[in-house]
Amino acid sequence: MKILVCIKQVPESNKVEVDPVTGVIKRDGAASKMNPYDLYALETAFRIREQLGGSVHVISMGPPQAKEVIREAYAMGADSGTLVSDRAFGGADVLATSYTLSQGIKAAGDFDLILCGKQTTDGDTAQVGSEIAECLHIPSVANVVELREVTDKTITVAMDLPDEVEIARVTLPCLLAVDKDIFMPRLPSYVRKCASANREIRILSLKDMDDQNPDHYGLNGSPTQVQRIFPPDVSHDQETWNEPADILADRLSEKLAELRFI
Amino acid sequence: MPEYTYKKLTGEDIAALQAIINDDSRVLFGPALSEDYGHDELGGIFSLPDVVIRPKTTEEVSAIMKYAFENTIPVTPRGAGTGLVGSAVPLEHGILLDTTLMNHILELDEENLTVTVEPGVLLMDLASFVEENDLFYPPDPGEKSATIGGNISTNAGGMRAVKYGVTRDFVRGLEVVLPNGDVVEFGGKVVKNSSGYDLKDLIIGAEGTLGMVTKATLKLLPLPKKAISLLVPFPTLKMAIETVPVIIKSKHIPTAIEFMQREVIEDAEQYLGKQFPDKQSNAYLLLKFDGNTKEDIEKDYDAVARLCLEQGAVDVLISDTEEREDSIWKARGAFLEAIKGSTTAMDEVDMVVPRNRVNTMVEFLHALQDDVDIRIKCFGHAGDGNLHAYFLKDDLSDEEWEKRLNEGMEKVYEKAYELQGQVSGEHGIGYAKKVYLKQSMPQDSMSLMNGIKAVFDPKNILNPHKIAQA
Repeated sequence: MKILVCIKQVPESNKVEVDPVTGVIKRDGAASKMNPYDLYALETAFRIREQLGGSVHVISMGPPQAKEVIREAYAMGADSGTLVSDRAFGGADVLATSYTLSQGIKAAGDFDLILCGKQTTDGDTAQVGSEIAECLHIPSVANVVELREVTDKTITVAMDLPDEVEIARVTLPCLLAVDKDIFMPRLPSYVRKCASANREIRILSLKDMDDQNPDHYGLNGSPTQVQRIFPPDVSHDQETWNEPADILADRLSEKLAELRFI
Repeated sequence: MPEYTYKKLTGEDIAALQAIINDDSRVLFGPALSEDYGHDELGGIFSLPDVVIRPKTTEEVSAIMKYAFENTIPVTPRGAGTGLVGSAVPLEHGILLDTTLMNHILELDEENLTVTVEPGVLLMDLASFVEENDLFYPPDPGEKSATIGGNISTNAGGMRAVKYGVTRDFVRGLEVVLPNGDVVEFGGKVVKNSSGYDLKDLIIGAEGTLGMVTKATLKLLPLPKKAISLLVPFPTLKMAIETVPVIIKSKHIPTAIEFMQREVIEDAEQYLGKQFPDKQSNAYLLLKFDGNTKEDIEKDYDAVARLCLEQGAVDVLISDTEEREDSIWKARGAFLEAIKGSTTAMDEVDMVVPRNRVNTMVEFLHALQDDVDIRIKCFGHAGDGNLHAYFLKDDLSDEEWEKRLNEGMEKVYEKAYELQGQVSGEHGIGYAKKVYLKQSMPQDSMSLMNGIKAVFDPKNILNPHKIAQA
């Protein structure tokens, strides 16, 4: 099976600084890492490859330094990687990002299965996966918590809906956005890292795309108007309870229920 | 246990103590006394005090000690009660001084790189406080909810000892209430000190038998900005452990070197309900490196990674993000609780052997399971020779457990002695390990210890029957 995993480079810390004047997230100089949710998608791909054979490819969109996350995917076991990178792609919203990635995927090859993480830790929209599938005219399932059965033709998954878990069998090719904890992601291997140090990373720019109209990409292709970006409020409220254990246990469970944590 | 003569606490004494504290909610006796004050985490003994006092100031501690001294009433200091050798158990009852309300961070001195705290401050609170200020308190014992007073009293160590040392290396000065109630200061903010006997160092590790720590000035370091761990699978535990001296010799010293086996990892997975990121091997080394940039750390770990592969490691796995660090170190942190959860009762050995003898000891422990027919789990600080072995009761009868446990313990400590090791690496002696200390220490050393105790505490009221005392 030919599997493609979409990965993204995100800021390392979730304490992201927002420029108070422009409202844009400050990315310069900030350390980066692979979007943690993408690690689950990669692990899912490796498990399927172990079971059915085939290959795992990764694709990312971003500036040239996003090659780092492709190298990291190599160290985890990916076979090849593509970076979709062009100044014309900058400033893309969800729609333009999804469209650009779908164009990149078409240019990168034919895949039986496309896997995405649930969302990214910087954008947090959880929409890019489904929109890529729309652009590619293939079926997609989000919030996948379990793989039930994988064959050459179909894949059966459990998806987490608000009130129930639904089991669905999907025909390949398709796109799945997998949830956190579907599998514990493996760690990058030093041995693989050394062995893949010189492996090629294919770069795709606007001229490699099927649709080369610059109006469909980047800021031009983005209908979203961002009014304001601001960090969410953080609360440090604390309550101290000093009571016998049995009373505390009841109070705690009531409090958790009140906060809708349980 | 030899008998010492103490005054039995009367209603009058309690009234006098209440008058000193002047807040009845901090003087607990009778039905208000929780069972918890009669034991620690794993001492295997139970003995309740007559009264628990929760002082808030040095003056209160001093006044209570003075009263106890004049009336010959035994006093036992207690922090969070997380000790593992029964040190905080009041064997002669009397007064238990609970330090947990003395939990204030008093001063951060950024010019001298010190922090001054009360003894009841919890290790986790201290660590997060200094880190918020870009500073670093390296001692890192597994029990983060222990108090700093307790850490000082046992000279607690932890995983970072390989690179940074133990609690003793980070104590600059102590305020101590002596058994007669006098308040003294040992050491200070000074970096160097050659002014006579180091009394501060006597208090560290004394488990509250010489004086009661009421304030501590601790040394801090600039906070390393980044940490990366390597999880290194080996075909056998022997190969893993034999790699440790090679790493030490390479001079690229990691912050921590831990060893772990698959069975303990599986216990932790079950306990946490979370998978460990690797399962390809039976034995692992876990190395941690810290530094200021990813590039600096990579330079260090690159050499060590190559060394591990040369020594036969299956691979070297890199943990370089918060999520990855969590997936490994949370499991490592849960080992003790996970093992506890896998059996009915347990007892532990915390011996320390020279670093190049760790493998001999681990193999000995492995063989000992069949020898005394008891389940033993082992993991620990391979980098500093401090091994934690846990004897598990499972479904043995009390009688059989006691018999096999004692036989096993005897053999372990005998072996540690033979390998030029010591009884305790970081948990202390307290009550539970006294026998083994006596067996392994020359009589001269025991006499010196008891002599020191007699000078500090002529009436023997402070935490009697602990460490070197019969």
